[in-house]
Amino acid sequence: MDEALVIAAHGSHLNAESSTPTYDHADTIRATGAFAEVRESFWKEEPSFREALRTVDADEVYLVPLFISEGYFTEQVIPREFRLEDWDPELWDSDGTSATNATLAAEDTDQTVHYCGPVGTHDSMSDVIVQRAESVTGDPDVGDGFGLAVVGHGTERNENSAKAIQYHADRIRERDRFDEVQSLFMDEDPEVDDVADYFESDDIVVVPLFIADGFHTQEDIPEDMGLTDDYRTGYDVPTTVEGHDIWYAGAVGTEPLMADVVLERAADAGADVSSAIEQVREETGGAKPATGD
Amino acid sequence: MDGEYVDALVATAPDGIAFDDLHVAHETDGYTFQTPDVDHSGIDEETLRTVAAESPHVRNWYFWHATAPQKADRWAFLRWLEGAEQRDVAERYDALADGVSATWGELHLTVTLSDGARTYSVRHRADADVGTSALETHDDPLDAREIAKHDDDGGYRPLKTAPSLQTGWAFPELSAGEFVTTVDAFYPATIANWHREREGELDVSHWRDTVDRQTGIYGVVKTWDRGDGYEHVNWVAEACCDDSQCLKRREWQYDDETDLDVDGGSGTFPCREPCSLVIAGARKWTKLEGEETQTYEFELTPSEKEQIEDIIDAVADGEAEDIREADIYEGANRYRTRFLRAKLFDDEGNLGGVETEQ
Repeated sequence: MDEALVIAAHGSHLNAESSTPTYDHADTIRATGAFAEVRESFWKEEPSFREALRTVDADEVYLVPLFISEGYFTEQVIPREFRLEDWDPELWDSDGTSATNATLAAEDTDQTVHYCGPVGTHDSMSDVIVQRAESVTGDPDVGDGFGLAVVGHGTERNENSAKAIQYHADRIRERDRFDEVQSLFMDEDPEVDDVADYFESDDIVVVPLFIADGFHTQEDIPEDMGLTDDYRTGYDVPTTVEGHDIWYAGAVGTEPLMADVVLERAADAGADVSSAIEQVREETGGAKPATGD
Repeated sequence: MDGEYVDALVATAPDGIAFDDLHVAHETDGYTFQTPDVDHSGIDEETLRTVAAESPHVRNWYFWHATAPQKADRWAFLRWLEGAEQRDVAERYDALADGVSATWGELHLTVTLSDGARTYSVRHRADADVGTSALETHDDPLDAREIAKHDDDGGYRPLKTAPSLQTGWAFPELSAGEFVTTVDAFYPATIANWHREREGELDVSHWRDTVDRQTGIYGVVKTWDRGDGYEHVNWVAEACCDDSQCLKRREWQYDDETDLDVDGGSGTFPCREPCSLVIAGARKWTKLEGEETQTYEFELTPSEKEQIEDIIDAVADGEAEDIREADIYEGANRYRTRFLRAKLFDDEGNLGGVETEQ
């Protein structure tokens, strides 16, 4: 029986580039041929969450949220808008960063939907953060002499938002690859504004845990960190701030290896995509075996 | 290729075929093969193969069962495009040789038959008569996602069905499957919802159902509905859902018993619920409409009052940018408007020197 992958992302009414990472990762996965169909869907764009399933022919669908944290969108909005019958967040049995998947029926199309946890809390996301650090420094072995800051929005809307950031920061710290690893936030302590205060290392890679580049990653964070007074004039990578070289990576979600995390989510829910995972890791520079724990 | 459709016909004949004026069966005395032009019975397989190889009806049957996408809505859409329910196969094949076209939103769709095979093309309807060589051609259906992102001026299009699709491109040669993917990339879910409506199964979600479902920052919109009045929703529909703003035909109403007074438009494909742009707008209006009116007093000449009306019309109709720089006969002309501001605003930007907060 044919299986489809549907990616659920936020999208934007204002920013044309918000959907770009979603399209890019969908294209990477589409090219593997692992699914009969791969469909992008958006909260703010089209096809909407409400109407994506009816555009898909397959009876069985893997639905993967391209969101960073577990919470409002993944537990309320997406299941409601996709009309997943009998959804209950308890089905994921998550502590905020350990969502699994649940198999449900879509009320309007009768399709079987394997509803997966978001990419942002999957273990393999730690690999993408590290890879982002490699991309921005151009050094596949980056770590020695470097600090790594994982930046998130904070708890303003959702307490799990900070949990996801801390979860990956902890995991990467345990690998002992970077001299220091610290989670920073936009709207709570420790704040990204004071990035230089939180590191001893001369070089600091800053990776924002956001899906798409936009207002926060392109305007707020660079200005808050003092990379530039005006985002429109741009900034250098690295930029020296208070004696530290700041390597600002931009949204982690634009890293090609993100496609792997989408596939990992589907694989955890039972999709037979192991060769696609291998292919994507190979193509996107993530060929090293995932660090299991 | 020739062998393929004949082989398929022979393989399927025992089950019987009755499709688009083609009737084939396998009985004890041999095969029967009927179209409006030929009528054979008791023929052997070799004769069947010879007859079938020459028959457009067989090619047509094969296309619809082995080449065309089989999902019911995609299939119906392709049938609709070539007028399959109105024309018999001979008539259709004559027409298809010259190309059969239809409009879908701002898309100009064409199916053409050459060497017995259908090819499809998509371009902007404004480019219907433009030579393909003058257009930027594409063969990947997913290129439509990028084309659909920006209008001719480079502005972002958050609403795919806004009548602002850019021109200057063409997908000149697509297979049936690529064709529906292309159309669906330009106008997502329109084929599915059009088909549901034709089948009497469109699941309309009216204003009340839709706002009741909202949570988070959009939850506030439900408070905009007070009592039985729905005038505010008329205004929303007039503002956002008019054909000049969106090419979907609005089928949602206030609720399942109360139709809005505003026309839903004449689009080919339906709109089954208030979209995310309508809800985002409604959130803002819910807050704005919570304000009490106040009486402000300032004086305008009759021409100034009319000019303010002209400016509102020009902005609302998207015509402000089209008014020529020196056309001072237009109320919304930039110089005219700057003069009005110079005369009527105080240093704080208050109209008539009257403060907003009183």
